[in-house]
Amino acid sequence: MKRYDAIKKIVEGLTDELIISNIGIPSKELHEIKDTSCNFYMLGSMGMATPIGLGLSLALEEKEDDRKIIVIDGDGSVLMNFGELITVYAQDASNLIIALIDNEAYGSTGSQKTYSSLINMSNIARSIGYKEVYYIDAKDSVDDIDMSKYLNKKGPMILHIKVNAGNSDAPNIKYTPSQIKNRFIKEINK
Amino acid sequence: MDSTDVIYNGLKEAGINFIVSVPCANLKKLLELIDEDDDIRHVPVTREEEGFGICAGAYMGGMKPAILMQNSGLGNSINVLTSLMKLYNFPVLMIISHRGTFGEGICGQVPMSKATTKILDSMDFIYEKINYPNESTDKIKKAWNLASITEEPIALLFEISYWSRSVE
Repeated sequence: MKRYDAIKKIVEGLTDELIISNIGIPSKELHEIKDTSCNFYMLGSMGMATPIGLGLSLALEEKEDDRKIIVIDGDGSVLMNFGELITVYAQDASNLIIALIDNEAYGSTGSQKTYSSLINMSNIARSIGYKEVYYIDAKDSVDDIDMSKYLNKKGPMILHIKVNAGNSDAPNIKYTPSQIKNRFIKEINK
Repeated sequence: MDSTDVIYNGLKEAGINFIVSVPCANLKKLLELIDEDDDIRHVPVTREEEGFGICAGAYMGGMKPAILMQNSGLGNSINVLTSLMKLYNFPVLMIISHRGTFGEGICGQVPMSKATTKILDSMDFIYEKINYPNESTDKIKKAWNLASITEEPIALLFEISYWSRSVE
């Protein structure tokens, strides 16, 4: 199973949750699998999907809006901006789920290997202090990516999903950045 | 009332209610004032770059965001400022302690100091140097107003000599 299969299984289990998706092919794949105004496709700034999710999560907390935010992030991006895991933990973002899809590769640039094969990202998250860390081996099957098991738990949560490297041929996203942002804000304000 | 109080008042009058920060010695008192303010959500960050990402998310959630940092943080954030904040038109108010200017004692602050306004120019950002505390409150309000109507980041630079000047 690859990233595409994992994203598909994640969104199958969602309803009105807000999704921030990672740069490059992950966003294109989400866009192809299920394009809704609940999706914010992050097009240009590697390592920023989780911070955007954190900012949104804290803003909703201030408004006592209890919708969940799911960040679809990747191993290469999290490794680029590792401090974000500490900030999310320290801010105790209770409505934030980081779906860390780990294919041990920089997928969008040709699947060059990341260092994630040498380390255990779940254990790192646990050692930071995260209470809700779940490792899902989805290399052979995505059956264990059952979002109904996770959505009612208090975050911040890390779903560490191991998959094989490889991309689909999902086409480019058909919206401009402003369109992506504005329809997402409209959805948030519903 | 000192050179920090007038910045705090400007942030309050502008309605800023979400602040991310990486500290600077010159921002020490401002950070304390913000921490004591229950109406401002303060998020210390590990690196300024993630701070901008957090501000973008908070803005979409309805907050009015600002970042407090040294000018070195601008260097840490160039890609996020262009490829996220500019690309999507996210407003944010940058309160920047501009180190490496006259009065600086640390040589390591000087090269980035010289690059600061050139970087802002090359990104085509609106910025202004605030020299006197008397200007702060009004300029902060105007800067946020401009940032929110244009939906772009705006920087205010506070040089070293600013902080010791008194409010007249």
